[in-house]
Amino acid sequence: MTTTAVAPAAPRIRQPKPPRLRSKLRDVAVMTGRNIVHIRREPLQLSDVTIQPALFTLLFVYILGAGVVLPGGGTYVDFAIAGLLAMNLVTSSMGTAVGLSTDLNTGVIDRFRTTPMWRPAVLVGRSVTDLLTSVVCAAIVTITALAIGWRPDAGIGAVIGGFALFLLFAYALSWGCGCLGLVSKGPESAQGVGLVILFPAAIVSNAFVPTQRMPTVMRVFANWNPISIVTDACRQLWGNPNPSAAIQTWPMQHALVASLLWSAALLAVFAPLAVHLFRRRTTN
Amino acid sequence: MNNETMIEVESLTKHFGATVALAGVSFSVPRGAILGLLGPNGAGKTTALRILTTLTMPDGGRARVAGFDVVHDAAAVRRNIGVAAQDATLDETLTGRQNLVMVARLSGLSRDRARLRASELLEQFELVEAADRVLKEYSGGMRRRLDVGASLVARPPVLFFDEPTTGLDPTSRARVWEIIRGLVAEGATVLLTTQYLDEADELADRIVVVNHGLVIADGTAAELKTRTGEARLEVALSEAHPEAAAALAPFVLGDVQVSHDGQRLRGRVRSEDGLATTVVRALDRAEVTVDDVIVHQASLDDVFFALTDGRRDADDFSPEMEVARP
Repeated sequence: MTTTAVAPAAPRIRQPKPPRLRSKLRDVAVMTGRNIVHIRREPLQLSDVTIQPALFTLLFVYILGAGVVLPGGGTYVDFAIAGLLAMNLVTSSMGTAVGLSTDLNTGVIDRFRTTPMWRPAVLVGRSVTDLLTSVVCAAIVTITALAIGWRPDAGIGAVIGGFALFLLFAYALSWGCGCLGLVSKGPESAQGVGLVILFPAAIVSNAFVPTQRMPTVMRVFANWNPISIVTDACRQLWGNPNPSAAIQTWPMQHALVASLLWSAALLAVFAPLAVHLFRRRTTN
Repeated sequence: MNNETMIEVESLTKHFGATVALAGVSFSVPRGAILGLLGPNGAGKTTALRILTTLTMPDGGRARVAGFDVVHDAAAVRRNIGVAAQDATLDETLTGRQNLVMVARLSGLSRDRARLRASELLEQFELVEAADRVLKEYSGGMRRRLDVGASLVARPPVLFFDEPTTGLDPTSRARVWEIIRGLVAEGATVLLTTQYLDEADELADRIVVVNHGLVIADGTAAELKTRTGEARLEVALSEAHPEAAAALAPFVLGDVQVSHDGQRLRGRVRSEDGLATTVVRALDRAEVTVDDVIVHQASLDDVFFALTDGRRDADDFSPEMEVARP
């Protein structure tokens, strides 16, 4: 009996098909998985959501706490933890800017762009990765806080609600940082510009000190600052000391709704803008 | 079905600021063929390739791949192409295997099939040992191989290779050639750019030479070689002879070059039948004793340099040769 070599079938031309939700989710999962491998290979990348938050929590509580007297009473540690969570999550959302900028400066984006993948998956995957690192960051702050005596005075639902509020805000903000990464030349400049914007924004807020005795300009800014609003909402939910409750502005009186509105607004503006900037940056 | 055009390029133009990368390039590639895109650096090869792979938008003209327009049907084009670009386009921080699985997943393969395909390719490209090492630790040749491998994950009908063997050792190079031939035997269509003329000669069914953003030649390797109609003549004598250069002069275009010892002569000649016989007879009449006569048909290199105004002639005036002034 003779065997005849059968020529393999010629590769067929594939017809286009509209991307389905399932394949979009798969692409997001693949991109997220890739980012996580990066973090596992270089765990020091994570220092700004691990070592730094623990250090900041201890420093701020013991140094600032020694001098700050809260109007309306309460311990500084109970007051400060929501603020520390705000600052650490806000600065860690910079990871999106740095990560995207790094990707854009390597050839790997070209490889992605020649596959039939859903292109925004590059962005969504990045933001999901940063949500995961935000969870790590929040956990570190919480563990450190519990160790030095922070206690929420609320039900488990409200406590979880507080964390959810912060994570949502950090996620929305990471899209803004994503835009920054997409317009900056490289990861270093993305990091630099991001810090210059976000660090003062976190400081000029009710995160570490009550706003009541700030100079007028600073006070007005701090009282309308979304970081103050989210922190205010969280302190209410956790039953922690909250001097901002006495401030008669609409967002401070309706902090929960206002912080949800802020997160929604950030997402509504920056997510489409990021997709647009990504398209523009990767087409020439 | 066999005459189906898989790559079709019509009057493609592209400029970057004041620099014209493509000034109206047209060519086409039928199914199952290998087209070699040749040209000096900056000729527009990579730009053409980037447009065909949907990475760059053309300014004017039209290009279709697998029947789909690269601008209006870019998504459909991407389902039908595999690309190995010149710059490393894989993830440095991932292992070889992780890279292949990632590209396979993004190309629509299921998790299991992606893993299987990655293993197949690692084997085919002899990267099994390095499979679980991070790309940073790969040599240049290993990266090229992985890059070519990554372009094949989804078994696309049209493949684009930008200098697929640059930096490869001869063994790896032969291996990549073999793989490309295998792909074409299975019905794939290939467009490759290369700086190695022997690679184009060896692989390509048709060669398109571009320079300054324009197609300056288009044909088979054999057609291009006969196009210039020139050959190189080399004669070795038993001993130097004063009449030798004069006897050769009627055949040679331009000057006859003579080595310092007077025993070797060469020059450019018009290609014609029986040239070697005619030369030997002429030398015999002049009582010159000949050891060896060689007529080199134009190599693709000669053609390439002639077409692109490269200074190929320069090496004819090697230090040991001087021009005979009869």
